[in-house]
Amino acid sequence: MATATAAPAFQVHRIETRRRVTNHVMTGLVVLAFLLAMTPLVSVTWSVIAEGYKQLSPYFLTHSMRGVFGGSESGGIYHAMLGTVLITLAATVISVPIGLFTAIYLVEYGRGPLARAVTFFVDVMTGIPSIVAGLFAYALFAVILGPGATFGLIGGIALSVLMTPVVVRSSEEMLRLVPNELREAALALGVPKWLTVVKVVLRTAVAGLTTGVMIAIARVIGETAPLLLTAGFSDSINSDLFHGRMMTLPVFIYSSWHKGYVPCNAGDVACNPNINFERAWAAALTLIVIVMLLNLVARLVARFFAPKTGTH
Amino acid sequence: MAQRIDVKDLNIYYGSFLAVADVTMNIPARSVTAFIGPSGCGKSTFLRTLNRMHEVIPGARVEGSVSVEGVSLYSSDVDPVAVRRQIGMVFQRPNPFPTMSIAENVLAGVRLNNRRMSRSDAADLVEESLTGANLWNEVKDRLDKPGSSLSGGQQQRLCIARAIAVRPQILLMDEPCSALDPISTLAIEDLIQDLKDEYTIVIVTHNMQQAARVSEQTAFFNIEGTGKPGRLIEMDDTRVMFSSPSRKETEDYISGRFG
Repeated sequence: MATATAAPAFQVHRIETRRRVTNHVMTGLVVLAFLLAMTPLVSVTWSVIAEGYKQLSPYFLTHSMRGVFGGSESGGIYHAMLGTVLITLAATVISVPIGLFTAIYLVEYGRGPLARAVTFFVDVMTGIPSIVAGLFAYALFAVILGPGATFGLIGGIALSVLMTPVVVRSSEEMLRLVPNELREAALALGVPKWLTVVKVVLRTAVAGLTTGVMIAIARVIGETAPLLLTAGFSDSINSDLFHGRMMTLPVFIYSSWHKGYVPCNAGDVACNPNINFERAWAAALTLIVIVMLLNLVARLVARFFAPKTGTH
Repeated sequence: MAQRIDVKDLNIYYGSFLAVADVTMNIPARSVTAFIGPSGCGKSTFLRTLNRMHEVIPGARVEGSVSVEGVSLYSSDVDPVAVRRQIGMVFQRPNPFPTMSIAENVLAGVRLNNRRMSRSDAADLVEESLTGANLWNEVKDRLDKPGSSLSGGQQQRLCIARAIAVRPQILLMDEPCSALDPISTLAIEDLIQDLKDEYTIVIVTHNMQQAARVSEQTAFFNIEGTGKPGRLIEMDDTRVMFSSPSRKETEDYISGRFG
């Protein structure tokens, strides 16, 4: 009777084999996808370094293009670096308070239709093409100051239009990550809500908020189109955000490339026909390095403020 | 210092949903009162109305009156922040502030309120509160270490130290031992016995042995079914409640026939 219904054979080996094969195939696919994603990144980094180092020198980083013409190897990007830093700083100064306060409103106070409307418009803003942001800022100042107004702050405002929704989104996520128990713990100690937000919620989330701001900066620091419209071109150093055209690194890269080959007289050794391309590459390398340095600073800040865990 | 709480005809709502209906009870000063009952019967919700933490949840509101020594907590001129300073709370899960050290956690109620305190006063308050929470000897050599470096039971006692550091009159505890092992639970129960000389303590617990061990009065809450409001079934001396309760539901619950 016991032999009438034999137990099914123990199929461990076959199943193990099939799973192992599937495992290997899937692992292979995942690694392949990773390599595919890395290829352009490595290629871009390699090209920028290989082409960019030729012109990169302390002289290049500390001089402007004022009075530089033809195939002369002199001249540099100091004016463009200064412009990029100032305009990005202006955009950050405008966007971070607006974005952070919006996020605080959405997470800590926002209820009902107003909060939903704000969320909706932030989503819409995330999708604004950068040239539209540039046109908006240009038009805004055309209305106030008359057409043709061109100075750094307009560029900063154009970038802040692009930056604010990124700051709102990332800050909102970071604030939502703060456990509700911490808010309740503070409230139960008789701490007013605003102090709870400032000293517990923001303090706990500060590392993530910093990272979010850095991502937003990286998002806008390479913008070209809105700056072409608003801050314009310049060969000279201009440290005044409120007056005069201001060069930025992306616009410098674009305009250098646009100038193209320099026709050199035969035998003129001081003339480099490729100088404009080489300057563009060097400026691109500088831009990448600036973004990397900013990221590094953000990581240090994040580590410094991160919630302490463990016994160390 | 400790004070009595009188609750009269209290209805508690989440939006339009009536969560707890028609509670009337008197909680005497300098004693431990335990709330027991099945999950979802509104014990914790009711506890949170006693220091106006309930209204932190959007849409939550109450009808009826809660008064401490005759002062109504819900009259329009009462500041909920001031109420919470007088009536401390310890939560189910230990929740020390992760960005603060052990000492800073104890001082949180002072520091977060932007109040200045001299270094020696702060040190005294830390020692006094941690001693009061039976934690001083375990942490006195590492006060500057993060609060999250402690074990779960130590974290919960740190939270109690933090709560008593603002010198409340009343201490509410919402299942303070449910995340802890038996040894840590014993430490907290001993602490509750010490604290009741100075504070009025209200504790919500799922553990009936715990209610029997630590409390002088026990209140039993029950719920008829999902969607129905929780109600206070009866409240009496703990000994009476666990030996000869006057209501059948209480007896069924205590003897383990449901819930």
